[in-house]
Amino acid sequence: MTSWADHLAIVPVVLPLATGALLLLVDEQRHALKGLISLTSSTLLLAASIGLVQSVDAAGTQVYRLGAWPAPFGIVLVADRLSAVMVLLAAILGTAGMTFALARWHRAGPRFHVLLQYLLVGLNGAFLTGDVFNLFVFFELLLAASYALALHGSGTRRVRASLHYIIINLAASLLFLIGASLLYAVAGTLNMADLAQRASAIAAADRALFEAGAALLGVAFLVKAAMWPLCFWLPGTYAAAAAPVAATFAILSKVGVYAVLRTSLLLSGEDTSASAGFAAAALVYGGLATLTFGVIGVLASQHLTHVAGFSLLVSAGTLLAAIGAGHSAVTAAALYYLVVSTLGVSALYLLIELVERSREPGADVLAVTAEAFGDADQPEPEEEVGIAIPAATAILGVSFAACALVLAGLPPLPGFLAKFSLLSALLAEDTIAASDWAMMLLLTLSGLAATIAMGRAGVRIFWAPHEPIVARVRLIEIAPVALLLALCISLTLQAGTAMRYFHDAAQALHAPRGYIEEVMRPR
Amino acid sequence: MNEVIVALAIGVLTASGTWLLLRPRTYQVVIGLSLLSYAVNLFIVAMGRLRVNAAPIVEAGRGVDPAALADPLPQALVLTAIVISFAMTSLLLVVLLAARGLTGTDHVDGQEDDA
Repeated sequence: MTSWADHLAIVPVVLPLATGALLLLVDEQRHALKGLISLTSSTLLLAASIGLVQSVDAAGTQVYRLGAWPAPFGIVLVADRLSAVMVLLAAILGTAGMTFALARWHRAGPRFHVLLQYLLVGLNGAFLTGDVFNLFVFFELLLAASYALALHGSGTRRVRASLHYIIINLAASLLFLIGASLLYAVAGTLNMADLAQRASAIAAADRALFEAGAALLGVAFLVKAAMWPLCFWLPGTYAAAAAPVAATFAILSKVGVYAVLRTSLLLSGEDTSASAGFAAAALVYGGLATLTFGVIGVLASQHLTHVAGFSLLVSAGTLLAAIGAGHSAVTAAALYYLVVSTLGVSALYLLIELVERSREPGADVLAVTAEAFGDADQPEPEEEVGIAIPAATAILGVSFAACALVLAGLPPLPGFLAKFSLLSALLAEDTIAASDWAMMLLLTLSGLAATIAMGRAGVRIFWAPHEPIVARVRLIEIAPVALLLALCISLTLQAGTAMRYFHDAAQALHAPRGYIEEVMRPR
Repeated sequence: MNEVIVALAIGVLTASGTWLLLRPRTYQVVIGLSLLSYAVNLFIVAMGRLRVNAAPIVEAGRGVDPAALADPLPQALVLTAIVISFAMTSLLLVVLLAARGLTGTDHVDGQEDDA
């Protein structure tokens, strides 16, 4: 613990923590200064996350022992490939949401930047911690920040949606505590690596209790991951939240997915315990149910923000079912899909606000119902040659199309590669179970549903014959959208590198021995 | 005997809390969540095994005999859990008041059932 690089693992937690505290001292009216501090910190965080990904990829899992206490007694932060990439994703979404908010949203209520920084503390801590109880603490931290952020801008709709969101998550947190304390009662430790080690040595009489604890933890995670039937809070809350907040929230449900992935593979991974894969079936069928619900929701949505919310459910369902499948190739494809779909939905949330600004209120309701009643009373648009399309509208249109391509999984954007690799990984299994076929079918259908929903909305927004209102978009607002979509495109161009990284990550996850040894190694 | 009393207390608190959590008034829900968090806190302490007359810290001069000590970890956990649930309850109360002010009703859905 001498060089700076050794402390890289804790930077994603400490940096936003310190920035948040600093921002609290700055007067609420000094928006420019607050924005500047926040932007600087986010840029540093991005740099640190990229550094972390690179160093973890080059040198393997990094264990950061707080206070240099040995592992089962002290608290550890563990950065492996999965954690590092999740931290990077959180930093990207946080920066994008924050930059977007600089245009006007950060003035809509008090302490936007502080809350966003603390959301990042919670997210990064949850991704990096190697201890179940700290996972709880970081979950609470990120949830507390998210409650306040969901309320940002206030208004009846936000308060009503947040009330449900807060109550559900508080109840889930109580389940989390019960699960964690049951695990402690049986195994006598809360360190994840130590738990995994001891899981195989639990007496048969206590095994049921241990599995009950793990299952309760799982339920708490699945509420966050929004698995059907624990997911009804998500579309409403996210639709009510301010655009930059919703865009950052796109990663919140992925925290649940991450926790499920991490703990299920550690606690019931193939080579560690007799409880191997005891929840796999629940994950697969729950994931498929979520996927079905999401697909129906995407098709039935009257509003674009709900399309985005249900797309998050589709993505969560796909991920949970893929995790349940329990093969490292499927997991690798799922991780690629996770990154791509999160970026896509986040960009969509930002875009929706820009698009909504430029058209009549209520036009999207028409998009669904008008089709049901027929378009008979609409006048034929007059033939015009060479209509001048305003630049802003053109940019919005292209971005919207790109979002649609990512979400629907059509080439050439990486949504296609993600789904394709998921399908090919499922097909490459030795025995293809019925649930695998169901998942392949639903994956394809979800693409179709997204294409229909986005196509329908896009036609109404950009090609509708109503009086065009010239969109007013500031550079600082379209830049984050462009950044997110550019990242998607670069994920296509660099697909080989990315998939190699995710394969390594998935292989390490499916052979948790390396993780355990690295954490437990005495120094 | 102690075990029975603690188990009964946890059971009663959980049952009442769950019932209140499912009620339509926000105040009932808050009280329900508080009762549930009391139950969970008791449960965490119980998961560290119930001990009477055992300190969780090593005292000077009395030697280190694990059998004579209570497990300190669940006590630390329960402290954290108490603080967090306290903070969350107060935050929920603020939102509850805001919802009452904005929607004009204390129903959790922000509107009365059409009964």
